[in-house]
Amino acid sequence: MATLHTVNKSPFATQTLLSCLGHAKAGDTVLMIEDGVYGAASNTGLADAMVGMGGAVTLAVLAPDLKARGIDEGRLLSGVKTVDYAGFVELAATHDRTQNWL
Amino acid sequence: MEDGVKKFLYVNRKAPYGTIYALESLEVVLIGAAFDQDVSLAFLDDGVFQLVKSQDTKDIGVKNFSPTFRALGDYEVTKLFVEKESLDERGLTADDLQEIMWEDEDEDYAEKPSIRIISRTEMADVMSDQDVILSF
Amino acid sequence: MSYELDGQEIATDEEGYITNLSEWTPELGAVIAKAEEVEMDEEHWAVVNFLRDYYEEYQIAPAVRVLIKSIKKSMGPEVGNNKYMYELFPYGPAKQACKIAGLPKPTGCV
Repeated sequence: MATLHTVNKSPFATQTLLSCLGHAKAGDTVLMIEDGVYGAASNTGLADAMVGMGGAVTLAVLAPDLKARGIDEGRLLSGVKTVDYAGFVELAATHDRTQNWL
Repeated sequence: MEDGVKKFLYVNRKAPYGTIYALESLEVVLIGAAFDQDVSLAFLDDGVFQLVKSQDTKDIGVKNFSPTFRALGDYEVTKLFVEKESLDERGLTADDLQEIMWEDEDEDYAEKPSIRIISRTEMADVMSDQDVILSF
Repeated sequence: MSYELDGQEIATDEEGYITNLSEWTPELGAVIAKAEEVEMDEEHWAVVNFLRDYYEEYQIAPAVRVLIKSIKKSMGPEVGNNKYMYELFPYGPAKQACKIAGLPKPTGCV
């Protein structure tokens, strides 16, 4: 009974991503989209918290939103997987529910 | 300073595509440039993301306005202050930003960099030195 | 409002700026110029081409004073001055030339 969580806010501007990670359960997926994709970069002040809170949660990021913002996939935190729009649909279909953290 | 010329600072604190603020700010800067004021732009917090190079928006269906920052020199907007602490917190360095130059007509069109990376303390000084501050 | 080229209808906004920028060709430029009653010579085309290059590089149509300053630098002061540019494009060198160049109205033009 897994949940797909989406986060579309920059983790540097709001607490949304951290709150989402604090509520996600083992087996869930947290997908970063729109300005949320900034949370997927390594070497940021938040990277440790991301890795620490990630745990048994799968972290994913929407590739077109990364590309739009000039973030190279080589800069992502290890363990974060990238998905395209079809992959987003796939995630929505394979989880029992979707929670959008607005 | 010439009569009637005021110091205007546009403060940019939002990432480029998630909201409309960044684009709106840039448009106001371009329109406002017609008034021949002493204009500076500040980029801090998530605003520093606006200047990251290699942005490519064709897969998200919105206009990539980052090349427009390179036209600012033509509009005599040549001071883009970027806060170092904001870059650091986001894992960015000066090398991650696009190069933005302006041509100095008084020095035979010599190309000079518009971006100046400054500390938070210096940014506070820049802010306190203005007549008008517009926030985005 | 719309233009017609080779039997094809090209859509525009209410002021006659084409809505799909990728539909522009020099032939369409000539059709728009005719509708604007501008007789295109080499200098008109030089301005139009300059605007298209500027848009390609910076994603904006330049304001009129930026256009004139740049034309002055590239084509000399005989062409790059207010009076001559308005002779080339009586309804405004930026506004009218952008329309012929298939670009949006310059930012800040009302």
